[in-house]
Amino acid sequence: MALDIEQSYPLNNSPSKTGRLTSGQAGPASSTGALGRLVRGGVEGAVVRYGSIIALAILWQVSATAGWVNPAVIPPLDRIFDAVVNGPLWRDVTISLQRAGIAFAAAVALGIPLGLFMGEIRIVERALDPILQLLRQTSALALYPVFILLLGLGETSKVFVIFWATLFPILLATIGGVKQAEPKLIEMARVYGARRSHIFRSVVLPGALPQIFVGLRLSATTALLLLIAAEMIGANSGLGFQVMNAQYNFQIPLMFGAILLLAALGLAANAILETLQKRLCRWAPAKP
Amino acid sequence: MTTTASESLRGEVTIRDLSKTFNINGRALNVLKGVNLHIRGGECLAIVGASGSGKTTLLRVLAGLEEADEGRVLIDGEPVHGVGTERAVIFQEPRLFPWRTVIENVAFPLEVRGLSRDEARRRARRYVQLVGLGDFIEAYPAQLSGGMAQRVGIARALAIQPEILLLDEPLGALDAMTKLTMQEELTRIWREEKVTMVIVTHDLEEAIYLADRVLVLPKDKGGRIREIEVNLPRPRNRSEGGFVKLREELLGEFGLH
Repeated sequence: MALDIEQSYPLNNSPSKTGRLTSGQAGPASSTGALGRLVRGGVEGAVVRYGSIIALAILWQVSATAGWVNPAVIPPLDRIFDAVVNGPLWRDVTISLQRAGIAFAAAVALGIPLGLFMGEIRIVERALDPILQLLRQTSALALYPVFILLLGLGETSKVFVIFWATLFPILLATIGGVKQAEPKLIEMARVYGARRSHIFRSVVLPGALPQIFVGLRLSATTALLLLIAAEMIGANSGLGFQVMNAQYNFQIPLMFGAILLLAALGLAANAILETLQKRLCRWAPAKP
Repeated sequence: MTTTASESLRGEVTIRDLSKTFNINGRALNVLKGVNLHIRGGECLAIVGASGSGKTTLLRVLAGLEEADEGRVLIDGEPVHGVGTERAVIFQEPRLFPWRTVIENVAFPLEVRGLSRDEARRRARRYVQLVGLGDFIEAYPAQLSGGMAQRVGIARALAIQPEILLLDEPLGALDAMTKLTMQEELTRIWREEKVTMVIVTHDLEEAIYLADRVLVLPKDKGGRIREIEVNLPRPRNRSEGGFVKLREELLGEFGLH
């Protein structure tokens, strides 16, 4: 049977057993060489990937200890790590995570279903779009005083302002994803007798997923941004508070410690979402 | 189970006085006018015609994707409205779900019909093998070539065991070599599955290679539909005398040589 295999592109995880050997004669003789290449390739990859950050850390440490910069303003990294490990920050991490987590979860819980609904029912989307555009263009930080007035200076207003800011990227991405559904696929499903609910589940929803993840990742970044702002304005705990408080009290290593932890939270949130996206959208070309 | 004569004739299509007008920018565009057509059960019919002759619209009306303004479509003597499970369509693009593997794509119409995922997969497997993709069952569409993807589309259409297979320029997007291979494949599948096949194409050679009968839709609406019988034994030889003569005859229909 004439199969046009030569035009196929088996990926690494391809289950195809007909994958061609393109790397010449892979035999026992070359297996140690291959292993060596793999290790060297791995090291090379790591250097390219993390070399710059390692260089930056070394530069920081050396310039602080050698006195090229004022160590009272830019303390050496070991003192920052000491402040992180032995300082009071872990309690603040928990509190901050709780605030951002609740707000993000609420935004997901409302934004995705509402976005699916608005994207699918065009009339609803058209009717609500002007309000949505208005609210979206109003900075959440500008509304924070309003939220404080309405909800008090406690936890609720902080969580709410983060929720507010994270809702819109998720909502808009979900609406966009649903509206982008491929009409040709929908028509195909219709030929086979699929009803609207089935089309929604098997065509629209999976097609919208990559777009929804774009919104989720944007929202996660926004959540941390708003978290810090909210905690700087009116809080007595949390990482954002610690950054400001440490600066007032001239506890510079603690300040940098809190900043580094915030960066780590951002990286962790992104990594989690990225993993989830890879798991759920294995089929899609990777998006940065 | 016994096969009676009436059963072997299933998939018979009759079209009576079919007209279809599209409204484009406020102007009525007559696409089909008074089309009458009979397709025998199990026949392979090719429809050719210049662009704008309405061949794709005719197929879409047959599929139930477009509603005719006037006239009727009868399948096995029964008038039909909208889509139906006795018909399957193969489009020019494979239209596969990129998030589903080959077997999951083929299983899709079976799931629509209420089969469980496992049962649908089990049945789909046979059709994936029928189109020669047994080694690519768990591959994603992005990993397939154009020809392979189109095979998946064909397997998906066959999986619902339709009486009538409607093909809208199914090989139009493939390269010349793959196209020839796929024409052989379509002939083989048509013989094995014993379906009625209606294929719209702009490739005259493809029409002669595949069909029992080639219809030429007229450019002037309401004009006579020309019909050419292809009485050549299969598998057909594209350079054999009878084939070449038919191709000349068909080209002549378009005023070409």
